[in-house]
Amino acid sequence: MTQQPWFTVRARRVPVSFRVDKRVVPVLAIVLLATVILMTLNIGVGEYPIAPLDVLKTVFGLPTGNTDHSFIVNTLRLPRMLVAALVGLALGISGTIMQGITRNSLADPGIIGVSAGASFVAVTLIVVVKDVPSGVLPLAAFAGAALVALLIYMLAWRKGDSPIRLLLVGIGIASIAGALTTLMITFGDINDVQRALIWLTGSVYGRSWEELLPLLPWIAIFVPLALLLARDLNALNLGEDVANGLGSRVVMKRGVLLFAAVALAGSSVAAAGTIGFVGLIAPHLARRLVGPLHEGALPVAGMLGAFIVVASDLVGRTILAPIELPCGLITAVVGAPFFIALLIQSRNR
Amino acid sequence: MLETQNLTLAYDKATIIAGLGLTIPMGKITALVGPNGCGKSTLLRGLARLLSPRGGSVLLDGHDIHRLPTRQLAKQLGILPQGPVAPEGLSVRELVAQGRYPHQSWFQQWQTDDETAVTTALEITGMAALADRPVDALSGGQRQRAWIAMTLAQQTSIILLDEPTTFLDLSHQIEVLQLLERLSRDEGRTIVMVVHDLNHATRHAQHVVALRDGNVFASGDPREVVTPRLLRDVFGVEADVLPDPRTGLPLCLPYGLHVS
Repeated sequence: MTQQPWFTVRARRVPVSFRVDKRVVPVLAIVLLATVILMTLNIGVGEYPIAPLDVLKTVFGLPTGNTDHSFIVNTLRLPRMLVAALVGLALGISGTIMQGITRNSLADPGIIGVSAGASFVAVTLIVVVKDVPSGVLPLAAFAGAALVALLIYMLAWRKGDSPIRLLLVGIGIASIAGALTTLMITFGDINDVQRALIWLTGSVYGRSWEELLPLLPWIAIFVPLALLLARDLNALNLGEDVANGLGSRVVMKRGVLLFAAVALAGSSVAAAGTIGFVGLIAPHLARRLVGPLHEGALPVAGMLGAFIVVASDLVGRTILAPIELPCGLITAVVGAPFFIALLIQSRNR
Repeated sequence: MLETQNLTLAYDKATIIAGLGLTIPMGKITALVGPNGCGKSTLLRGLARLLSPRGGSVLLDGHDIHRLPTRQLAKQLGILPQGPVAPEGLSVRELVAQGRYPHQSWFQQWQTDDETAVTTALEITGMAALADRPVDALSGGQRQRAWIAMTLAQQTSIILLDEPTTFLDLSHQIEVLQLLERLSRDEGRTIVMVVHDLNHATRHAQHVVALRDGNVFASGDPREVVTPRLLRDVFGVEADVLPDPRTGLPLCLPYGLHVS
């Protein structure tokens, strides 16, 4: 018997069996640990610095001997960190699904305009309707994201799977959505516009439980759904004909997976605006670390997405302190060269 | 038993196959041959339910394959499309494991049967030693064998292949064709393949179906089907057909274009 590259779990009594690449568990554990450490550090820094140990104590409700800690950590800084991590998780998984079903390693909700569609509809709502309840924003963003996904599907995808066509059409739609968003901002009331602008830059600045709570149901539904469909994503990733031949109901599975990807991208935009390139970088690193099978690549990409957004936020907050740079700026500075490098690499092949 | 009844296949407005009736013999290698555009690949896609018929039906043991649940069909019939591309970094073993898809469920994702099927498929195709290599780092012939191993892990009695030897150099072509022969001879699998080279068809298939303009021009044992008249009427070439000194099977030697 040769050494298998995967762990197999088989229950004796119940008919359950699973298999996962041996690299997945240690990689997930390391990235999770790194993310938690960065989150703790990030909560600690600021105008009112708090030692990491005190941060952890406060989060778990233990006394630190300073009554201010509870308010600063649990009310002001913790929700912001959780938003950052969950948005990163959503973007990492959304990007992995998109790259898997399009078989295009350059697909990313930001690049192909799905996030721009989400922003446009959400900004329109902020400017036109004014006092939008925060629970409605994810729905609006989802609608915008879905609209763009549908457009791209009709314009670029069905006519052969040329990766460059998908990108070009996506970038085109992203610019149109961006222009329309600018138009909205130009005509809007100054106070609404200010609110929209802070939000558009792609930042977790000032995010509170009010932004965190509406994000939770989307994560709780669509992340497990994506993980359940990992095998189907593997089949689709071999191409439509092969997936059909393996007995996958391609149109249905692809539809559900795309729906999940769009829902995750849309709800992340609703919570934190457009944080670009996370959905591009996280899947690439994940596949490099645990291979291209999605039982492993999906959770690892999600965890890496969380790590990237939390790390970008920490860098953005500390590099020019006391000025805060939005984390979307940091991900763009790192992500854009990464994207160009991938583009050059894919052209040379 | 795989057969078509009055099968009509079309893309948008172009009808490729019109009212075709065909029976695929079980346990043999069948070669679909014909000039470009004759509809042989389209027919294969129809047989594999990758293309829904405009009319008529494809029957597997008397059941219309387009009415069977696709997963159930995938346990009986495997298809290897032309020029499949594996995701970057996917290992041979991981690719072959994908062949287990129709046998898995949400809760039963990796039973002992799955492990055995993958190991067996790797051994039959001679890929066991290369199991942990990424598919994209293999030679053309090895890569094709890895994909065939994936269809073998699916454990279907029928395997359809679209031009399995295209883009391979001579030794890799023979490598793949000999593998298919072994599968048919040793395991009794039914193999249907689209091939370009008529001499590959006569040498490696026991049943040849020659298509012209979307219909069967001739079908049967290669010794009866492959004649100078077939080459002239189907392929538009003048050719000598001689008995192969090694096997006695017909050997085609085209010498000019047929001018009508």
